[in-house]
Amino acid sequence: MEKWHPAFEAFETLLFVPDETTKNGVHIKDAMDMKRTMMTVIIALIPCLLFGMWNVGHQHYLAFGMEASFLDKFFFGSLKVLPIVVVSYAVGLGVEFIFSIWQGHAISEGYLVTGLLIPLTLPVTVPLWMVAMGAIFCTLLGKEIFGGTGYNFMNPALLARAFMFFAFPAFLSGEIWTDLSPEVGQTVLDAFSGATNLVAFDADYTQIQSAKDMFLGYEQGSIGETSVLACLIGGIYLILTGVGSWRIMVSVFAGGLLMGLLMNVLAPANVLTHAMHMPAVNHLLIGSFAFGAIFMATDPVTASHTQRGKIIYGLLIGAFTVILRVFNPAYPEGMMLSILLFNVFAPLIDHMVVESHIKKRLKHA
Amino acid sequence: MGKSIRLKKGYNIKLIGEASKEILEIPATEIFAVKPTDYLSLTPKLVVKEGTEILAGDSLFFDKQRPEINFPSPVSGEVVEIVRGAKRKVLEIRILADKTIKYAKVKVPATLDAENIKETVLGANLWSLFKQRPYGIIPNSVDTPKAIFVSTFDTAPLAPDLSFVISLNKDAFDKGLAVLDVLSGGNLEVGVSSSNPVTVSSGNTSEFSGPHPAGNVGIQIHHVNPIKSGEKVWTMGVQDVIVLGDLFNTGEYHAERIVALTGSQVNAPVYIKVKVGQSLTGVLSEKVSGDNVRYIQGNVLTGKVSHKEDTLSFHTSQITVIPEGNYSEFLGWTLPGLNKLSLSRTFFSWLMPNKKYDIDTNTHGERRPYVVSGQYEKVLPMNIMPVQLMKSIMANDIERMESLGIYEVVEEDMALCEFVCTSKIEVQKVLREGLDLMLTEG
Repeated sequence: MEKWHPAFEAFETLLFVPDETTKNGVHIKDAMDMKRTMMTVIIALIPCLLFGMWNVGHQHYLAFGMEASFLDKFFFGSLKVLPIVVVSYAVGLGVEFIFSIWQGHAISEGYLVTGLLIPLTLPVTVPLWMVAMGAIFCTLLGKEIFGGTGYNFMNPALLARAFMFFAFPAFLSGEIWTDLSPEVGQTVLDAFSGATNLVAFDADYTQIQSAKDMFLGYEQGSIGETSVLACLIGGIYLILTGVGSWRIMVSVFAGGLLMGLLMNVLAPANVLTHAMHMPAVNHLLIGSFAFGAIFMATDPVTASHTQRGKIIYGLLIGAFTVILRVFNPAYPEGMMLSILLFNVFAPLIDHMVVESHIKKRLKHA
Repeated sequence: MGKSIRLKKGYNIKLIGEASKEILEIPATEIFAVKPTDYLSLTPKLVVKEGTEILAGDSLFFDKQRPEINFPSPVSGEVVEIVRGAKRKVLEIRILADKTIKYAKVKVPATLDAENIKETVLGANLWSLFKQRPYGIIPNSVDTPKAIFVSTFDTAPLAPDLSFVISLNKDAFDKGLAVLDVLSGGNLEVGVSSSNPVTVSSGNTSEFSGPHPAGNVGIQIHHVNPIKSGEKVWTMGVQDVIVLGDLFNTGEYHAERIVALTGSQVNAPVYIKVKVGQSLTGVLSEKVSGDNVRYIQGNVLTGKVSHKEDTLSFHTSQITVIPEGNYSEFLGWTLPGLNKLSLSRTFFSWLMPNKKYDIDTNTHGERRPYVVSGQYEKVLPMNIMPVQLMKSIMANDIERMESLGIYEVVEEDMALCEFVCTSKIEVQKVLREGLDLMLTEG
């Protein structure tokens, strides 16, 4: 029975704030805990989720050239999206439970957020078994192998996404962004193109959609990543509650913008449609830049932990994303790879910040 | 007037149960109890045994490592019982007090210098009034500190208004500061609150404004004359300065303290006048009605767990009584939380910044590894990286602890970090382990 304790604890604390009291040290504690933190992030993700559901339906009916009401689109989208969310949670939490019983550690709340982040980064056409594979990979190799939430060094949700991207490229790149399940008596329009803005801009940046459409999210893409507006609503909520780091969010955007401007300056003058000519601000609207900056780069465990480190880390992510996008069309979504790369570098950035802090302290001494 | 320092980081925890400015005199009890466990890392060696007759101010025990440091009896009378715990550890020395207290007389030199001040304080068995940074321990009497620091205000939750305490003992306080000024060779630094400054007759003053822990002497040292590796600074609390001044005025040790009796569970919170070692049972039974409560000697951040039958510890100037939090709350982490206090704005209570709270001892969640970053930094107004320091202590990396500035902090300075910690890490306990390691290895 003893080994079931973590599982019991997890269920108990899911339902109750436990009756534990302070023993030594401070006698009162801030009401904030890990569950509340994760809960706050989930609330911040809701605009992205709801918009994503609607947009899945919107893109579907658009491809068929059909008129559909707001509710039709939303209903269609939720039918497609909810199974992905359910599979992600069920499989991921299942792995966590098995591990917590086996290893005897508490079940970490981290997966409450990871389980929602994974579906939002996927195309709606992804097979459910692949979502399950991703969730297993994410919990096993992303977290548990290192000891669970708090000890992992790469963002688990992005790791799952990267794993699926490289393991099953046919399902995660190409014209897979719109659900084209057949409609009785309808055919997909000839004018329909499955290419996202990310793919389009590399060939000819003038072919992308308007900045307004991209900001609002009326475009093809991963379920929850298309609307910059929805991401920003979530971001503002995270900053307001103090749960998300504004330093990281702002500096990722700043890094992307600065690198985009640099690209504009260095762009070849004779090729006017070259991707380097794209207005820098579009980099922030296109693809999953905003989603990554607000929800992925800010993962407190895998980001830099020092205040100054966060700014350096954010700037590098933003800048590197733009470089990847422009110069490596094979991996149009530079955001994912860029965040993972700087997850790896975050401890080094922190190390340098701490060393310089120590040096300054010594100078005073 | 010296420097004026504005601190931005920190947090004022607003609680219900502030003491009103009147003094309740607590009638003397028969039995007094002195607890050697009040002092950090001390191995006591008894001077008295059961049956010894003593005067107020006579030594009861001394520090085994430093026999010149003795600890006084608060009253005159007869030692009636030595209470011991596991491994014969001395827990309490119980004294049957005389009806009228007779005081041991100390000869106070006519002209003061650093040497004869040290001799007088040691001779009066009151050396434990001093504290030393780093480590927050009783200093060696042979050391010469770089400076002596006194903070004249306390910003901790429900803390006593020290300007009120000083106003009741102005002569003794001024004398105490004058003595410290001589002892420190003119390096007495006094921190005053800019919103409620006390008049200070000796020493260099610095004005501080800002939220807790602005009143902590460690924070003030950091901003006025920071401790560097290898340096030593002495500190003294306001009530201890008063005892010291009183000693030099009268040649006697008067063990009275003015203690703020605070907290949401206290009916009509007031200041009480009690002696060190005096039983608090009477006043606590009268003032506290609930059963499921936590008694704390000190404030809610740094105080020690106490109980109704406890006696007043040597350094206590505040007693707090709050409800215990031994209950479960259904889906508590999903509720809006209008009555929940949090530095984060994840509970809607942040919309009411002036609200006073009735907080209990619930931990509001279980211990987790470090996940959230940037929290400690918001409540530590020092040029110190708190999380990195914690991690270096957890890794027993002495060199790193030192380079990250462990010698500048003691538990009270980082207590707010423990309060805000989402992962519920026991910051003060970890810090003390690091300080102990530095003490034994360093």
